[in-house]
Amino acid sequence: MEKTYYKPEDLKKFGDITQWNEDLGTKFFDYYNAVFESGALSAREKSLIALAVAHVVQCPYCIDAYTQDGLKRGIEKEEMMEAVHVGAAIKSGAALVHGVQMMNVHDKLSM
Amino acid sequence: MGLKSLQARQSELSDTDRQLEILSNGIFADGQLPKFTKQIGGPLKPNKLEILQINMGYMCNQVCAHCHVDAGPDRKEIMTQKTLELCLDVCDNYDIGTLDLTGGAPEMNPHFRWFVEQARSKVNDLIVRSNLTILTANKTFSELPEFFAQHKVHVVSSLPFYRRNKTDRQRGNGVFDKSVKALQILNNLGYGQADTGLQLDLVYNPAGAFLPADQKELEADFKKALLDDFGIVFNQLFAITNLPISRFLDYLIATDNYEDYMRELVSAYNPTALENVMCTNTLSVGWDGSLYDCDFNQMLQMKIDHPVGHIGDYSSAINDRNIRVSQHCYGCTAGAGSSCQGALT
Repeated sequence: MEKTYYKPEDLKKFGDITQWNEDLGTKFFDYYNAVFESGALSAREKSLIALAVAHVVQCPYCIDAYTQDGLKRGIEKEEMMEAVHVGAAIKSGAALVHGVQMMNVHDKLSM
Repeated sequence: MGLKSLQARQSELSDTDRQLEILSNGIFADGQLPKFTKQIGGPLKPNKLEILQINMGYMCNQVCAHCHVDAGPDRKEIMTQKTLELCLDVCDNYDIGTLDLTGGAPEMNPHFRWFVEQARSKVNDLIVRSNLTILTANKTFSELPEFFAQHKVHVVSSLPFYRRNKTDRQRGNGVFDKSVKALQILNNLGYGQADTGLQLDLVYNPAGAFLPADQKELEADFKKALLDDFGIVFNQLFAITNLPISRFLDYLIATDNYEDYMRELVSAYNPTALENVMCTNTLSVGWDGSLYDCDFNQMLQMKIDHPVGHIGDYSSAINDRNIRVSQHCYGCTAGAGSSCQGALT
């Protein structure tokens, strides 16, 4: 067994996923590449969204990939950090808003 | 920034043999990565010569962190008028479409204006690679923008980024503001404006150990930001990959990025870019008249593989040669490719 679950060099092997199921793998990568093309949102904006989501889903491969992608696009570190805070705010907000459920249950059951 | 040239620092990398040794050992010697010759599978040959790129000297008013020339104020290598005359002779006797003047800061060569005046009518396109700050450095150089316009010089200017912090980090404090001022002066003379015939192109290169993004997307970002923030216009943006030699190699090693950067270059190898690499249509002339396949080979002192090694002996026979390559060449074939004219694909 590997000594670590995540290895940086595995990021470059992402495309190998297709080897075990070419049909689904190809469909995924075609979709993935189409998503990140410039459209109503620029490729730059999409890169920042991807960086924020990468942090929310805590994917080390994605954080590595989209930090590098941002550097290539000239995205400033201040922009990257603000994007991460947007993701963190939504994630913490998503946790905190469940406090209303807690309050509802508490108040319903309490005298 | 206080950066000094590798030569002034007496760095081991000021020895080009040491650079080539690093580029050929380690991950390229133990089979982890293929050497460039193996990757391309056969000799690389020149096509018709179109561009004569003349390095007028290594002296520069700036000391940039990524500089492949290791240029700076302390570098005294300057092309003589005699050697410049030999370059003019080649333009007279052969069909050279473009002269590409580089350095250092080519403007600091004492024969610069004389040479431009002599050469202008001999070629269709005369490029000066200007670092911009030299144009506002002092009175000696402040008349150059008008001189450029008068001779319809094609100005290609380095500007690593459209924001101050990234530019100054790579090129030194204050460089961005001086560059903006110089670009505004050039714009006022008609450079970069429609229908003036005065071409102003910018060169972007990454401020770190990563490859450039898509050239067209970067160009759109640069155009919007420079116009919105400073009212600056320009024609084209050339996105250039930093090649792992000289000061950039020093940076890669010092920051423990060398192996990852080389892996990135190799994994991004693009055979289509190989078909268009600049060494196939360009010849580089060193400050002493020596001939090289490109400016990067010049900085590694890899002279052309031909008995004719000097501009004074130039003949079209030198086109029958193999282009000399090493692992730094992966920088020109990665992704969309890279050259002094930007992306290759």
